[in-house]
Amino acid sequence: MQTALAPKPSAPRTSRAARFWRDYGWAYLFILAPVLLFLIFTLYPVLTALVMSFQKYNIMNSTWVGLDNYERLVKDETFWKSIKNTVIFTVGTVPVNILITFVLSYFIYQMKSKWQTFFKATMYLPAVASGVTISIVWLAIFDPTDSGLLNRFLSLFGLDPVIWLGQSGTALFSLILMNWLGSHGAGIILYLAAMGGIPKSLYEAADIDHASGWTQFSKITWPLLKPTTLYLLVTGVITSFQVFISVYLMTQGGPNFATTTIAYLIYETAFKFYEFGLASAQSFVLAIIIIVISVIQFKYFSSDIEY
Amino acid sequence: MKSTQKKTLLVVASILLVVWALVTVIPMYWMLVGSVQDSAMSASFKPQMIPEQLSLSPYERFFAKTDAWRWLYNSLLISIILTVTNVFFASLAGYAFAKLKFPGSQAVFWTLLGTMMIPAQVTLIPLYILMVNVFDLGDTYTAIILPAAVSVGNIFLMKQFMSTLPTSLIHAARIDACSEFGIFWKVILPMAKPGIAVLAIFTFVASWNEFFWPFLITNSNEMRTIQVGLASFVFAESTDFGAMMAGATIGALPMIILFFSLQRYFLQGITIGAVKG
Repeated sequence: MQTALAPKPSAPRTSRAARFWRDYGWAYLFILAPVLLFLIFTLYPVLTALVMSFQKYNIMNSTWVGLDNYERLVKDETFWKSIKNTVIFTVGTVPVNILITFVLSYFIYQMKSKWQTFFKATMYLPAVASGVTISIVWLAIFDPTDSGLLNRFLSLFGLDPVIWLGQSGTALFSLILMNWLGSHGAGIILYLAAMGGIPKSLYEAADIDHASGWTQFSKITWPLLKPTTLYLLVTGVITSFQVFISVYLMTQGGPNFATTTIAYLIYETAFKFYEFGLASAQSFVLAIIIIVISVIQFKYFSSDIEY
Repeated sequence: MKSTQKKTLLVVASILLVVWALVTVIPMYWMLVGSVQDSAMSASFKPQMIPEQLSLSPYERFFAKTDAWRWLYNSLLISIILTVTNVFFASLAGYAFAKLKFPGSQAVFWTLLGTMMIPAQVTLIPLYILMVNVFDLGDTYTAIILPAAVSVGNIFLMKQFMSTLPTSLIHAARIDACSEFGIFWKVILPMAKPGIAVLAIFTFVASWNEFFWPFLITNSNEMRTIQVGLASFVFAESTDFGAMMAGATIGALPMIILFFSLQRYFLQGITIGAVKG
């Protein structure tokens, strides 16, 4: 009112905004699509699932039921059985697979480079087949009659055919066995790359000190491969906690819930019984288990690793 | 002493590796030989490890009983689109996170990365409701493609790869008044070709093999991908061993051929981003 000069408050602000846009606008534009997709297809669903886990959910109307779904879970025998099965599957597969992968890699590393490529390619091959293909093939390998490949193999030793997938005693073990004999290709390639990265001078120095093969292995090879082992451990646990395709195609969780894993139970709860609220609660329990295990692995393993 | 030790190790290693290579390949081999022997749909059929007579009738039956051509077409279309979107968006974002400085970049990047630990099962139900009831996109290509259009893992991979590229060329292009997108398109992308090749191959294979989401979101026979169709075929027809093996082969063969022709990329590619996190 009394000022002579008309204030131009907008001028510097616009130019600052313009400068900001000029400096950073492109960068924000570059990440726009992934961030939008993330907001719509990850963040929003996660938050919705969280809300749904406290609801009795219907498409038409959903009612808030507080911790009812979680209470139902705790009292549900099938849920505990599914956790037990998933843990058995994970403990039965991941460490064994890492051991197999490590031994194979260590042996391949001793070979000439032509043979290294051959073994890498051969052992990686099954990894390009889909879970559906692998499950169908193993369905035939586990065939309970004497036309199944595994039973034929047993008959060479005079053993009777086993009903691999059809009885609760062997069904889960069959899935584990299939996992052991499956692909270690990706892990082998990672281990070989890491082994190639260990400086030769370390072994030469160890040779001069007359360190035994075992000392070299336990003091040089194994510690320096720890980051790769950690990576395989974390990804292995995360994948095996979510095992689904083989269960769905080969056993349908049976017989008598012997192979019902958490991921399969969530699928059944949601898409067979349409209990969306309960299934969401189950999925959050799964998420918490996975996150806690991953964090423990990182803490325990990375304490003496330098990245 | 040392050299005999080494020799023994080599012999043991060779034997074990050959045995394990056989163990790895036998299931694949059995699938192939099982698919070229005429089982004539008898329950007592026993496929031979070395087939006496070759027959393509299992393939004929598989294609006659299913919409496999349509499923293959769907899978191919979806995999190509997903490969293009993933390569484009992941390189663009990966480049931004690796080479451009902007407020909040670290926070956004770590938020994205942090959610990778959340299992897919958590988002599944809301995602399904969102697609089917909110957007009314159930049983469409859009619904299959959109949630997978770009993945955080791929952004991370490209960030790792992009950060190894020299920054001097970017500065030079900027001095030449090249636009930021121009820099990405003309300078970064050509340099990033090896990384892009790897990303493209792995995305293509993963999209081709994807089962769960297409399985949930499709319900008509025409919209199924080859993996979903195969699974439905196994449920409907689990007595025709030959046709099942033919189907399993059809679902895997394009990827096996791809693997043999691009082996080098497969075998080197895995290590990008995975070694030294």
